[in-house]
Amino acid sequence: MEKVSNQTADINFARQIEAKQINKYTMLDRFKEYKRSPLSAVLFGLVILAALITIVTVVFMIGYILIKGIPNIKPELFEWEYNSVNVSMMPAIINTVIMTALSLLFAVPLGIFSAIYLVEYAKRGNKLVSVIRITAETLSGIPSIVYGLFGYILFVVALGWNFSLISGAITLAIMILPLIIRTTEEALIAVPDSFREGSFGLGAGKLRTVFKIVLPSAVPGILAGVILAIGRIVGESAALIFTAGTVAAVPKFGTTGSLLSNIAAPLFSSARTLSVHMYALLSEGLYTNQAHATAVVLLVVVILINIISSLVAKKLTKR
Amino acid sequence: MNKVKEILMKYVFFISACLSIIAVALICYFLFANGFPAMLEIGPIKFIAGMRWKPLEGLYGILPMILGSIYVTAGAIIIGVPLGILAAVFMTHFCPKPIYSLLKPAIELLAGIPSIVYGFFGLMVIVPVMQDIFGGSGKGILTASILLAIMILPTIVGVTESALRAVPPSYYEGSLALGATHERSVFFASLPAAKSGIFAGVILGIGRAIGETMAVVMVAGNQAVMPNSILSGVRTLTANIVLEMGYAADLHKGALIATAVVLFVFIMIINLSFSALKRREA
Repeated sequence: MEKVSNQTADINFARQIEAKQINKYTMLDRFKEYKRSPLSAVLFGLVILAALITIVTVVFMIGYILIKGIPNIKPELFEWEYNSVNVSMMPAIINTVIMTALSLLFAVPLGIFSAIYLVEYAKRGNKLVSVIRITAETLSGIPSIVYGLFGYILFVVALGWNFSLISGAITLAIMILPLIIRTTEEALIAVPDSFREGSFGLGAGKLRTVFKIVLPSAVPGILAGVILAIGRIVGESAALIFTAGTVAAVPKFGTTGSLLSNIAAPLFSSARTLSVHMYALLSEGLYTNQAHATAVVLLVVVILINIISSLVAKKLTKR
Repeated sequence: MNKVKEILMKYVFFISACLSIIAVALICYFLFANGFPAMLEIGPIKFIAGMRWKPLEGLYGILPMILGSIYVTAGAIIIGVPLGILAAVFMTHFCPKPIYSLLKPAIELLAGIPSIVYGFFGLMVIVPVMQDIFGGSGKGILTASILLAIMILPTIVGVTESALRAVPPSYYEGSLALGATHERSVFFASLPAAKSGIFAGVILGIGRAIGETMAVVMVAGNQAVMPNSILSGVRTLTANIVLEMGYAADLHKGALIATAVVLFVFIMIINLSFSALKRREA
């Protein structure tokens, strides 16, 4: 028996070698083909040219930012307080973290709930579901400056929240909502129905099934969406200039007034994030060196986010 | 008790799902309610077809900005789309594996870089180069188009790549078996089959380019006058809002919101054609 299978393996191996020799394609063959069809040579050249341009652009851009920026990173750029001498970006970094956390606080639960409704509860062919899909698609296409203007009209002016963390955070939350909904939806759909059936079969209710069985197995997919959203928040500037404003300090708790208003005070004060900080540096035109350094920090954040998201994606495909 | 919780949570999920509808409705309402009165006060024709934007003299014509947005976007498409499609063809059919595993993350990284960093790069690198070659300020339609072309490159490459990978390999193999070269097979059998996917990517790129603000503000020159050459400075619709919103008041502010309304309508048209295309494909 073993001998027979060994024999077939040998035959297969021989066939593979034969196929390799038949399909062998040397440079000479290639040139012969090009002589026969010059168009192919032209197309080949164009493809290689485009690839080179793309590679050179990416490498040059990242290299330029790093090489010009790293020498400009100085300790005084990371002092706790901003003033026009040290032009510290530390307050902006802290504000970026706060802004990201706040926006995610609004957008992630709502986005996940929304996706749960779409995947687990809505009946097939529901008219409302298609309306929700269309509006979510619309939201993801709206330019950030339009979000900024909307946030300005609604939160800053109409609700009287002024330029503040909360105005900016809610504006950004609306902006990233479609992203969270879409990635969560995909993650939920990928959970096999047998999980749900098993849970129902053991007597669990719908709600319990969703929270204990479906959601935990969808976590990596949801996480990937959240990481993408963080990238968008960190890089956003147009939507924040007219909602969160450009004050270069970390908001402080109030000292006068009632306890509640003291605690809420930071939410209602203006704060610039790192991207807005960079815009402010550039529009003032005096701080090119500091702008170089800020670009490096932003780039490093983006690289980190990309690495983390590819790790999460790898984990996703492994399962 | 459990039953109450089930029903309660069902409504919580339902309301969350309705939030995107509410958000779109709110955005439409607040933009239109603030933009339309200003547009009517200026006169819709005078506003959209007016060639002069001089808020101090009460002239609010946004035709230069509409043209600016269209020219810059068109330029980005002309440069970025062929480059992106060819690069995607390289990645799917010509690329050795080790290069692919470097190129793919690099292009994904390009997609994640904040637009303000692109603007900075354009200002520091592309603008001086343009100054050297063509003289003048170096800021203008061409500079903005090149920068935007780099920005939409990841979108075009990503969508084209997945469209090309979705083409059944038998198309390519069949063409090869009929004696066509590798290049001819890719370009005349696989690529046409991926046409609608690529087209959807191009529309997505147009949407990104027309809505881009911070990068364009840095390199387009921002003169609110009718552009007369490919090198002349332009102001896009988005730039108009960012530049003047900080100090605008009354009718001027209304006119800027009306500018956003025009931009919004542009984007809606682009989005609708995108989803129509996607539906036709499905």
